[in-house]
Amino acid sequence: MTSSDAPAITVRGLVKSFGEVKALAGVDLDVARGTILGLLGPNGAGKTTFVRVLTTLLRADGGTATVLGLDVVEDAAELREQIGLAGQYAAVDENLYGIENLVMVGRLYGMTRSEARARGNELLAAFDLEDAAKRTVKTYSGGMRRRLDLAAALVAKPPVLFLDEPTTGLDPRSRLSMWEVIENLVSEGTTVLLTTQYLEEADRLAETIVVIDHGLIIAEGTSDELKDRVGGERLEVRLEDGASFEDAVRALEPMAEDLPVCDGGLVTMNVRQRHGTIVEAVRRLSDAGVEVDDLALRRPTLDDVFLTLTGHAAEEPVGDEDEDRKVVV
Amino acid sequence: MSPRGLTRRAGVRGLLSDTLVIAERNLIRLPRAPELLLAFTVQPIMFLLLFRYVFGGAIATPGLAYVQFLIPGIIVQNIAFGGFVTALGLNEDVHKGLIDRFRSLPMARAAVLAGRTFSDIVTNTLSLVILLITGIIIGFSFNADVAHVIAGILLLLLFGYAFSWVFAFVGLIASTPESANSVAFIAIFPLTFISSAFVPVASMPAPLQDFARINPFTLTVNALRSLWLGLPAGNYVWGAVAWTIGITAVFAPLAVSRYRKQARS
Repeated sequence: MTSSDAPAITVRGLVKSFGEVKALAGVDLDVARGTILGLLGPNGAGKTTFVRVLTTLLRADGGTATVLGLDVVEDAAELREQIGLAGQYAAVDENLYGIENLVMVGRLYGMTRSEARARGNELLAAFDLEDAAKRTVKTYSGGMRRRLDLAAALVAKPPVLFLDEPTTGLDPRSRLSMWEVIENLVSEGTTVLLTTQYLEEADRLAETIVVIDHGLIIAEGTSDELKDRVGGERLEVRLEDGASFEDAVRALEPMAEDLPVCDGGLVTMNVRQRHGTIVEAVRRLSDAGVEVDDLALRRPTLDDVFLTLTGHAAEEPVGDEDEDRKVVV
Repeated sequence: MSPRGLTRRAGVRGLLSDTLVIAERNLIRLPRAPELLLAFTVQPIMFLLLFRYVFGGAIATPGLAYVQFLIPGIIVQNIAFGGFVTALGLNEDVHKGLIDRFRSLPMARAAVLAGRTFSDIVTNTLSLVILLITGIIIGFSFNADVAHVIAGILLLLLFGYAFSWVFAFVGLIASTPESANSVAFIAIFPLTFISSAFVPVASMPAPLQDFARINPFTLTVNALRSLWLGLPAGNYVWGAVAWTIGITAVFAPLAVSRYRKQARS
């Protein structure tokens, strides 16, 4: 075991190919204890392959990966006692009741039947599944299945949790309740590695976001840092009909990082700093006698980040997901 | 939050208890799946009645009443097909991600397949009991001591276990549960008919007779008849045991290696 300030997950030079396709092309990554790391990327970026290697389901072609100091190959058996995995495929037995699923998983972790039952009931209560405890999972909604799947991953209170696209295909309400559950877990000290193709999800949940595309990490940082990389704030000024673009541009130019762009009554530009920008813009425009309809300062979204970094939008599928599985959206 | 500090269970004990957990999981679904339960109960009874009362009159079995001839045959056929639940179940587990969940747990690797095939023994016992009771109602009677009857039952369960591994392999290679079902059916169903299960081998055309004589179904059915009806045993029992061991020796390693690869790709 490593000391408590060592990263929970350490990955160096991880490589994995499927035939000609390089799913992982040399990934380095650290995840600090008690944090959520969001692995963000489109379908086929290598996210699922990465999770499968770290959870001992798949052997990498090269590189090393450890979880809590345990090597994914050498110490696979011990490592499995420390992790929980919940995936986009809601791997629960739909012929069993909710509680039976959790008892089964608990017993496979080595608990006695009564321990597993007690823990299962606790989790069902926490995840709002008590009423469905004695119904076959077949009758569950998509959101309920995901919650049960996550509950199954938590049966043994694993210190490290892998969530592979935990909300893919869920309706907005179920997604929101899933997010709350995940946030609670981390507040209790669990380390989470979460993959997602939803920028909003990474933005909300993850302290550190790692952007992955074609098996390579192309950016890493907090949500704010990534947005800063795209260029800080963006000022958008909508002019009144008949107002002069030229006057507006001339007035705002000193504040701009690059040349302001005009498009159908809308002037947009990157600005150097956020502080006082709106006040200054209003003053300059009014001094220049330019009439303004609306004026806003917009932070770039992670969509902007992704587009800038990869040249394609995040949620546009660029190929099959790892291991010939299709994402059901 | 801290790990539970569960102690790893010793190898064999861990394997046994994990196998039982998986077997239990396979079995509790049965009462909730009416179509599966029908396959175990009503279907074999229907077959039995059809053969006894529809075809039976037209099939000559010198020296034996047809019902005596038929019961061992139909029970062997039925027990061989008992493993199809394994094919369906494993196929579902692979495609629905449950195998991934199992593989990410600190459980004995072999327990998934061992638990599957073990639960087949339980369901096979169930259908064996149902067929025997029905058989006795329609006129079947043992002509042997208890030891021979029990030996016959053990042979049946072993034979069924061997076929569970065939079905496990089929379930792992098939792309859908439906195709697992049809592959198994197409491969095994004719085998059960070109045997001594339903008609005397001597009534078949010569080339079929040659095939039927070495068919594992013929040997096992004949072994069962000799054990239960006090007929001359010849080498049937040993032949049946040899087939059982042979089938297991080929298909268990095939299934295990397929399972390993499946989980790894």
